[in-house]
Amino acid sequence: MAERVAVVGVGQTKYTAVRGDVSLPGLLREATFRALEDAQMTLADIDAVVVGKAPDFFEGIMVPEYSLVEALGGVGKPIFRVHTAGSVSGSTAIVASGLIESGVHERVLTIGWEMQSCSEAMWALSVSMPFQQQLVAGAGGYFAPYIRRYMDRSKAPDDTGVLVALKDRQNALLNPYAHLHEHDISYESVKESLMLWDPIRYSETCPSSDGAIAMILTNEAGGDAAMAEGRQPAWVHGTSFRSEPGWAAGRDEVSPQAGKDCAADVFRQAGITNPRQQIDVAEIYVPFSWYEPMWLENLGFAEVGTGWQMTHDGATSRDGDLPVNPSGGVLSTNPIGASGMIRFGEAALQVRGMAGDRQIDGARTALGHAYGGAAQFFAMWVVGAEKP
Amino acid sequence: MRDVAIIATAQSKHVRAATRTNEVEMVQPIIQEVIDRSGIARHDFDFTCSGSSDYLAGQPFSFVMTLDAVGAWPPISESHVEMDGAWALYEAWVKIQTGHADTALVYSYGKSSPGDLPRVLSRMMDPYYEAPLWPTSVDVAALQARAAIEAGVTSEQAMADIAYRSRTSAANNPFAQLTSSADPSALLGEEYIADPLRKHDCAPITDGGVAIVLAAGDTARALHSRPAWIRGIDHRADGHHLNMRDLSVAPSVSIAAEKAGVANGPIEVAELHANFTHQEAILRAALGLGDDIEVNPSGGPLAANPMMAAGLLRIVEVANRIHAGDVSRGVAHATGGHALQHNLIAVLEGEG
Repeated sequence: MAERVAVVGVGQTKYTAVRGDVSLPGLLREATFRALEDAQMTLADIDAVVVGKAPDFFEGIMVPEYSLVEALGGVGKPIFRVHTAGSVSGSTAIVASGLIESGVHERVLTIGWEMQSCSEAMWALSVSMPFQQQLVAGAGGYFAPYIRRYMDRSKAPDDTGVLVALKDRQNALLNPYAHLHEHDISYESVKESLMLWDPIRYSETCPSSDGAIAMILTNEAGGDAAMAEGRQPAWVHGTSFRSEPGWAAGRDEVSPQAGKDCAADVFRQAGITNPRQQIDVAEIYVPFSWYEPMWLENLGFAEVGTGWQMTHDGATSRDGDLPVNPSGGVLSTNPIGASGMIRFGEAALQVRGMAGDRQIDGARTALGHAYGGAAQFFAMWVVGAEKP
Repeated sequence: MRDVAIIATAQSKHVRAATRTNEVEMVQPIIQEVIDRSGIARHDFDFTCSGSSDYLAGQPFSFVMTLDAVGAWPPISESHVEMDGAWALYEAWVKIQTGHADTALVYSYGKSSPGDLPRVLSRMMDPYYEAPLWPTSVDVAALQARAAIEAGVTSEQAMADIAYRSRTSAANNPFAQLTSSADPSALLGEEYIADPLRKHDCAPITDGGVAIVLAAGDTARALHSRPAWIRGIDHRADGHHLNMRDLSVAPSVSIAAEKAGVANGPIEVAELHANFTHQEAILRAALGLGDDIEVNPSGGPLAANPMMAAGLLRIVEVANRIHAGDVSRGVAHATGGHALQHNLIAVLEGEG
C-alpha cells in the first residue's frame, strides 16, 4: 500500500485535424510504442492497460477498448476503461496511478485518445438535458456565459483572452506534436478573428484534433531502475479528482467548489502550501482562452479577481514565474479524450527535462490539470523530479 | 492488501421496460436505500464510482446526470467506468487499497428498453471488419454456442436444463424479471432464433440498477455483523476478433480465477454472469466448478439482465447470501464485451 509511482515513459502522436493515414489501433500503437521506447520496455513488460476517451459516439464505436485488446497487447491482461467527461484522460492517469500506488500492479500502460475527425464534436457536446431547452451551441456556447460572468466580476480587460490565445499558440510553435502551428499569429489576428460565442473568438477556441497519448507508470523500483540508467522519471506527488452536479443551488460556475477542493487535496498530498512559489510549471486545461485566468484563481495561483493580472503581467508566459501551457495547451491541440492526459504527460515531460524546445529551465515540480462537464469534473496531479 | 468488505447492497425490481422513469429516477431510490442500509451518512463516503453506457442511453455523457441521484454536493471524490458496475467496484477496491479511501459507494444501471439491444450491442464489434456486418449479440453468442457444443462443453439438452433451473430458481427472487419456465422437453420443442440458440437460452432485456457500499477493516466490522469480505478480485481480457479466438473456452476467466484465489478454499455458491445458457457451461469449466456447486440461485442473468449492472448484481447476490449467513464462501463473475471477452472474478467470504 502507498507504493511510490513513477512516470518512465511518455509517447504522443502528432496531433492534427484528420489522421486519415492510420486506423484507430494504428493511432494508439503509435503513441504506445513511443512511450514504450521512452521507458525501454516492450508490451510484454506491461501488467495492465487503462484507457480513457470521450464518449463512444465520437467515433461511433461502443466500448472500443474491446476491439483494441490485441493491438494493445492486452490479451490475458486487465484492460480498464474510464469515462468521466472532459477530464477523462486525467482521471484515467489517476486510475492507472492507483493500480501501482495500491501495489496491485507494477507496470501500467495508460492511453488517452480521440479521433474527432470521425464525427462533429460540437453536436455531440450539445447535450440534451431533461426539462431544458437544448442549447445546440457546443461547449463554447455553454461556457461563454460563465466567462462573461467572470469578466463582470473581475473587471478584467477585454483583451485578456486575446493575450492567452496568442501566448498558447506561440508556445505551440515550439511543440512538434501540437496540432496548430500558426507562424503568422499576432495580437491583431486573434482580436480580429470571427466572434463565435461572444466573448469567445475563433482564435480563442480549441481546435478539433485527432491524436493519442500514452504513458508508462511504474512502482518505485521501476522509477529507481530508470534513474540508475540515466533516465529521469517523473515522480507522482499527488493525485485527486472531484465532481459536483452541473446544477445545484448556490453553485459557483465561474470558480467551482470541486476545482478548489481538488486543488487543495492534490496540493496537500504534494506538500504544497504556496502553489505560486512551489509549482514551477502548470499544464492547465484551457479550451477557451479566458479559462486561463479563471483557473489560475480557482487553483489558488492568484487571488480571486486577479488571475487576469498574471496573464497581462506575463507571469504565465514561458519566461514568467509560472509558465502555463508551454506545450501550447488545449488551445493548440484538442483530441478531447486525450487532452487531460496530455496535460498530465506534458507536466511529467517538464520535470523529466524531456520537453525539447518547450522545456522550461529548472522545472522540478509541475501540475497537470483537467476539467470536464459543466465545469464540474476535475482531475489533477502534481509530479516532481524528486522522489516524494 | 487491506481487508475490504461489502456491507450493504440494494437493487431495483428488474423489469422489461421502466417506461415511467429516466435513468436518474430509476437509480436514485436504490442509491438512497443502500446508503440508508450502510449506516454511513450520505456525505461521508470517501469515494463514489459508477458504471453505465452512453450507447444504451443514446446520449453522450449520460452518466453526468446520474450524479444528481448521488447528491454530489458538496463535491465528492468520484469516478465512472464505461463498463459493468463490477469494474466500478474494482476501481473502488483499488482506491481503498491505496489508502485514499476507507469507504466507497458503487452503483450501476442500464435501461436497454429504449433501443434494439442486440443491434445496439453490434456496435461493440471491431469497426473495420465486423461491425459493418451488424452481427447482433445473439448472432455472436450463437457462434459461441455452436463452438461449445461441438467441443463437447455443453449440449442443447444441457442448455435447456440450465434455462429451466435458472428461471425456476428465480421464483424465490423478488427482484427477478422472469420467474418461471416450461419443462426442458417443452423448451427444446421451440424454434431456434439463432441456431443453436432458442429464446430460452438468452437473457431477457431488462431495465434496472444495483448499488453496493464497501468499507475497509474495522469500519466494515463496526457497520455490519457479518461483512462479505472481498478475499480476491481480478479481471482479465481475451482477444476480440472472433476468427482469432477459440470461442468454446474462456482463458481470461481461468487467469482471473487463479489470481483471485478461487481454488484456495471450498466454493459454496457461484453467481455467474452468463447471458446465454451455454456460457454457464463455459464458465463452469474455466472456473473448475464441479456439478455439485450451486450456480445462480438468484436465477442469474437469465432471470434479470440489467445491462451494465448484471455483473455487479452477481457480486450483490453472493454478498447477500454471506450477509444472511447462508454461505461462508462464494465466487462472483462479471463479464463485458461479446462472447465472454472480458471477465472479472471476485471471491467473497464471511467470517465465523
